[in-house]
Amino acid sequence: MSKEPVAIVGIGQTKHMAARHDVSIAGLVREAAARALADAELTWADIDAVVIGKAPDFFEGVMMPELYLADALGAVGKPMLRVHTAGSVGGSTALVASNLVAARVHRTVLTLAFEKQSESNAMWGLSLPVPFQQPLLAGAGGFFAPHVRAYMRRTGAPDTVGSLVAYKDRRNALKNPYAHLHEHDITLEKVQASPMLWDPIRYSETCPSSDGACAMILTDRAGAARSPKPAAWVHGGAMRSEPTLFAGKDFVSPQAGKDCAADVYRQAGITDPRREIDAVEMYVPFSWYEPMWLENLGFAAEGEGWKLTEAGVTELDGDLPVNPSGGVLSTNPIGASGMIRFAEAALQVRGQAGEHQVPDARRALGHAYGGGAQFFAMWLVGAQEPTS
Amino acid sequence: MARYAREVAVVAFAQSDHLRRTDELSEVEMVMPVLHQVLAATGLKAGEIGFTCSGSSDYLAGRAFSFTMTLDGVGAWPPISESHVEMDGAWALYEAWVKIQTGEADTALVYSYGKSSPGSVRDVLTRQLDPYYVAPLWPDAVALAALQAQALIDAGEADEAALAAVGARSRDAAVANPHAQLRGPVPQGDYQVRPLRTGDCPPIGDGAAAVVLAAGDLARRLCERPAWITGIDHRIEAHSLGLRDLTDSPSTRLAAEHAGVFEAPVDTAELHAPFSSQEVVLRKALGLTDEVSVNPSGGALAANPMMAAGLIRIGEAAARIHRGASRRAVAHATSGPCLQQNLVAVLEGDAR
Repeated sequence: MSKEPVAIVGIGQTKHMAARHDVSIAGLVREAAARALADAELTWADIDAVVIGKAPDFFEGVMMPELYLADALGAVGKPMLRVHTAGSVGGSTALVASNLVAARVHRTVLTLAFEKQSESNAMWGLSLPVPFQQPLLAGAGGFFAPHVRAYMRRTGAPDTVGSLVAYKDRRNALKNPYAHLHEHDITLEKVQASPMLWDPIRYSETCPSSDGACAMILTDRAGAARSPKPAAWVHGGAMRSEPTLFAGKDFVSPQAGKDCAADVYRQAGITDPRREIDAVEMYVPFSWYEPMWLENLGFAAEGEGWKLTEAGVTELDGDLPVNPSGGVLSTNPIGASGMIRFAEAALQVRGQAGEHQVPDARRALGHAYGGGAQFFAMWLVGAQEPTS
Repeated sequence: MARYAREVAVVAFAQSDHLRRTDELSEVEMVMPVLHQVLAATGLKAGEIGFTCSGSSDYLAGRAFSFTMTLDGVGAWPPISESHVEMDGAWALYEAWVKIQTGEADTALVYSYGKSSPGSVRDVLTRQLDPYYVAPLWPDAVALAALQAQALIDAGEADEAALAAVGARSRDAAVANPHAQLRGPVPQGDYQVRPLRTGDCPPIGDGAAAVVLAAGDLARRLCERPAWITGIDHRIEAHSLGLRDLTDSPSTRLAAEHAGVFEAPVDTAELHAPFSSQEVVLRKALGLTDEVSVNPSGGALAANPMMAAGLIRIGEAAARIHRGASRRAVAHATSGPCLQQNLVAVLEGDAR
């Protein structure tokens, strides 16, 4: 059987910032959705279904917020699904929406992800103790720092690589009007002098806590033909999961991430990702995850990822730009962060990324991960309709 | 069958015994036996399943990311294609059904679970409401259902005796259901919130359920009498109770129309109606006559494990088709206060 080709014809984000005191949760999501509709030149009536995602409900203190948000998202009388796959949720949500179109169950779908972190405290929301289970040790940084140390030990990467990533992403963010952190006076020395939080992760190498939402309009081939702006096309999409904790798990380069990327490349006909992909929006909440994921996603051989970063390959003007938008290190409304990666990849191939546009980007990868590096969601989007 | 690209059927269903408390079990321990059972029924191993999807709620567990641990119960190694909805498992089944429709998977494992016993589920559910204007008042699910029941009585569509009869019939039917929490004669009891008495309200309990879906000929190989999903749809309504006619369920009717419920008679209906009054509303929306066997399992009034009770309705309807006790059944799941969001599926056996 053949799948319907899926096109992204509308993208909307809020201006991300530490606290949006001017809007409710409903106001925040509606802002992103309205921008996506305006971008697609569609109205609420054109939407057949809504797929919404966010990270834990404890972050805002609202259980199953899709119920309360149905009105704000024009979903009354329509199907509405709520996805939750930890940090990868923004990507998973977009993939569930994409499947609705690919399966020809719906023709035009609004997908949206958000987090309003100012309503609560994410670090402590992630640190609730559970008997007989390893806690996340004072937020996500406490959990991931040992795996970064393992990466450094395994590859011999010099301890300067993390700060290079942070310095690059924060500079890229200056070109993205929606990014949360706009550090106009950023220098490499400032990053390196910032306080150590979870050794070896420094303050300036961690993501901020943001309020924000991201929305996309996905549609079928006929919908794309009516679109006033160029569409981005889904060439491949996949999710993979593995258990959180077990003796055989490789926390530095999880098998689920490798398998997920391989599936996406197979669908998209990519055999050499380093050469064939023009831009990558990668989920990098702590700077060292850029070199780690470069290896996990097949852009570099094992142990070699840090060399690409060090050589400037991942800079905005390098030959494999990673996080031209500024990435999660500059903007982190957790539940939306994955969808922002997916949406920024689509903006690149539509040629709509503004000042942080990668010239002639034809194919871009959006990547998200979550849980204890156990959930992965990725899509590869292209400027051309897929041929198969 | 022309409605969708592929024929998809429920080929196996399993559920736990539903209990008031399961203090001795973690969520993983509660889910694992059910997963083993449902896979054993098909002879498939976790690694042979094309897609896995679960439904649950962090608020019941009292911690963020509770589903990340439950995945361990699946044995997701080597890594699997997997997703999760923070909803009743009926919607996880919907996501899995869509995945099979894309052709990217031929089988799916769907599971859901909820432990209500560690907290006060009446208080917990208030956190579902509009966080600025309604939730701070802590109106609980029973109070909101009572508003709906009173609206029905005021409209002349039910009285307290009719509601009591719904509860009695459900618990009577549950005698034949070894998994049910409340079985046989149960006193109607005192008012919880007028006009609802204890017998009009669901028991609070813990439980889990799982379903295996398969496409086409594979379904025929895995199951003697597959329960084909010939229609499935879900719709949501406005959140505010003041914007809705509580005596009706237009989202159920709309979902039923899209699922094709009204195209031919059904013999069985498994309705996710946690309150007796909600069964009255759903019967009307689905146009069910007295000839239809409604909730032969006992329904949510006999066992209502949060986040699993909707998936169980689909499983129970499918199991009746597997047993040859039903030819065409409708299954229903609900979410939110006073039936705000509703899913409807039509399940059919092969003509024989």
